Amino acid sequence: MSYLGRRFLHMLFVLWAIATVLFLMFRLMPGDPSTAYIDPNFTGEQRQLVLQQFGLDKPLSEQYLIFLKNTAQGEFGLSFRYRQPVTGLVVSVLPNTLLLTMTALFVAYAFGGFFGALLAWKRGSVLETVSIPIVLTTRAMPDFWLGMLILAIFAFGLGWFPSGGANAAGARFASEWDRIFSLDFLRHLALPCLTLAIFLQGLPVLLMRSNMLDVMREEFITMARMKGLPERSIMLRHAARNALLPLVTAFAITFGQLIGNNVVVETVFSWPGLGRMLVDAVANSDYPLAQGAFLMIAFVLVLMNFVADLLYGLLDPRVAQYG
Amino acid sequence: MASSVATPLAPAAGAKRRRRKAGVLLAQLRDPYALIGASIYLSFLLVAIFADRLASYDPTEILFTEDGGLASALPPSPAHWLGTTNLGRDVFSQLVLGARPSLFVGVTAALAVAAIGTVVGLITGYLGGIVDRVLMRLADMVLGLPFLPFVIITVALLGPSLRNIVLAVALLLWPNAARVIRSQVLTLSQRPFVEAARVTGASEWRIIFVHVAPNVLPLSFLYGSIAVGWAILTQASVSFLGFGDTGVISWGTMLQDAYASQALDRGQYAWFVPPGICIVLVVLAGFFVSRGYEELLFPKLRDE
Repeated sequence: MSYLGRRFLHMLFVLWAIATVLFLMFRLMPGDPSTAYIDPNFTGEQRQLVLQQFGLDKPLSEQYLIFLKNTAQGEFGLSFRYRQPVTGLVVSVLPNTLLLTMTALFVAYAFGGFFGALLAWKRGSVLETVSIPIVLTTRAMPDFWLGMLILAIFAFGLGWFPSGGANAAGARFASEWDRIFSLDFLRHLALPCLTLAIFLQGLPVLLMRSNMLDVMREEFITMARMKGLPERSIMLRHAARNALLPLVTAFAITFGQLIGNNVVVETVFSWPGLGRMLVDAVANSDYPLAQGAFLMIAFVLVLMNFVADLLYGLLDPRVAQYG
Repeated sequence: MASSVATPLAPAAGAKRRRRKAGVLLAQLRDPYALIGASIYLSFLLVAIFADRLASYDPTEILFTEDGGLASALPPSPAHWLGTTNLGRDVFSQLVLGARPSLFVGVTAALAVAAIGTVVGLITGYLGGIVDRVLMRLADMVLGLPFLPFVIITVALLGPSLRNIVLAVALLLWPNAARVIRSQVLTLSQRPFVEAARVTGASEWRIIFVHVAPNVLPLSFLYGSIAVGWAILTQASVSFLGFGDTGVISWGTMLQDAYASQALDRGQYAWFVPPGICIVLVVLAGFFVSRGYEELLFPKLRDE
């Protein structure tokens, strides 16, 4: 079977396994199986609808099959708190999370690529001696604590940025696009994005540096030197370009993991995203919403791992052939 | 590093091996990074052990000023080195006692990850076949679980204890260790010494745990020391989100308390900066120690 096909089947397997684990976890909860889907405050009509939709009066094995079918169709039931379909709620906050994640990742990887290459170039300099411990320290910081510091300094101390949310209270916009491109949204985005970018830049910096050091020992670099090319051109056009490839897969993998680990930063900045929705749902025992948000996060994670596999095969054909 | 281990004319093979092991540990400490890491661990361990004596107040006690008012949100002073919280509790005492749950979580999670990862890696790598396939598919599945959301849901369903946080972290982190150890075992099992053990009639379990296992221990230590940091960060994050054990004072619950009490708004840096610094130091120590092992495992990296 082709590499692509094998990776795709692998992705489907992982998604199925995660859905199964989630099903079992929520069924292992004490009490009636319907506690995972039916709130005591539901109206008789809502109760009947959910009971039928998830086959809660049927045996567990049948419930499992119905659960798999519903999950595949993106049907997660009704939220206890909002009395709305979970799918709609999850999809409505997805843009906020994706925008925050993407912006932070682009900032982190653009900086990381340049700075890592610079560190490799200036190997053994004071810059390197000072930078590496600092970079390691940023990797050891809890991201929510970093967010608290930034919030205390730039929002409360200096008052340059708003302290939370994605838009000023009561702001109205003609469309989702207007909202996202408004100055107000960007001002709200700045601090959580800065926090995540600082938290994330460590990996690309260290990865780029070690890749550069590897590439710089290759014969084609010696060749370029022998041709008498200027050092700057060797570094940028020959070494950096080749060292960049592993960063691309790291980007995809980090993207997937970040959607889930965003929960803390989104909470610190009250950012209305998927992670915060999950936290609120779990805190309020809103089980259907918690399940839906969890599966959405897991879906993005597994999908991005698949993308990383594909990129890996694309960038290094040997993987696709033998991997 | 390796050259310092050389033993001149070893009298017996057993003594030689023992000396080599001691040499490896010493070489480990000769690396400045590893030494710094180990010192940080040791300091926090001492703080955790003597926390009762170091703390000047009961961390949960609500304190009052001399004129009878609540000692709320006091700035740092000789009586309260880091000031007091909103509800009049001593921040320094909380910080000192907060070392205990963090270290507990870090150490137990590291042991669990190293143990599960090593055993699974050894068994799958040496036995292969159906056991290997099932366990490795399980590892794939676990690697597809989003880390923090899984911990949050586990803790929400099983109860907010430190033990459950350790359980969730161990469940999520073993595959990384198992995969690497498995591939190491795959090459080790082709080596002549394993062949020799097989010829002498050693059982499969004896070969796995007596002959192969000692050779993958550095990897187990590496993944264990990485797990320390992850577990401590996770415990702090989960407590910060409010899913931790409310009866236990940890650096995470301190930060949550500070955040919820608007310490950020009022600029009470002495309250929320120190717990974060403690977390950074402990996690950093894990990086440094594992870096030391990395150099031991991949000596090529040192020349760069």
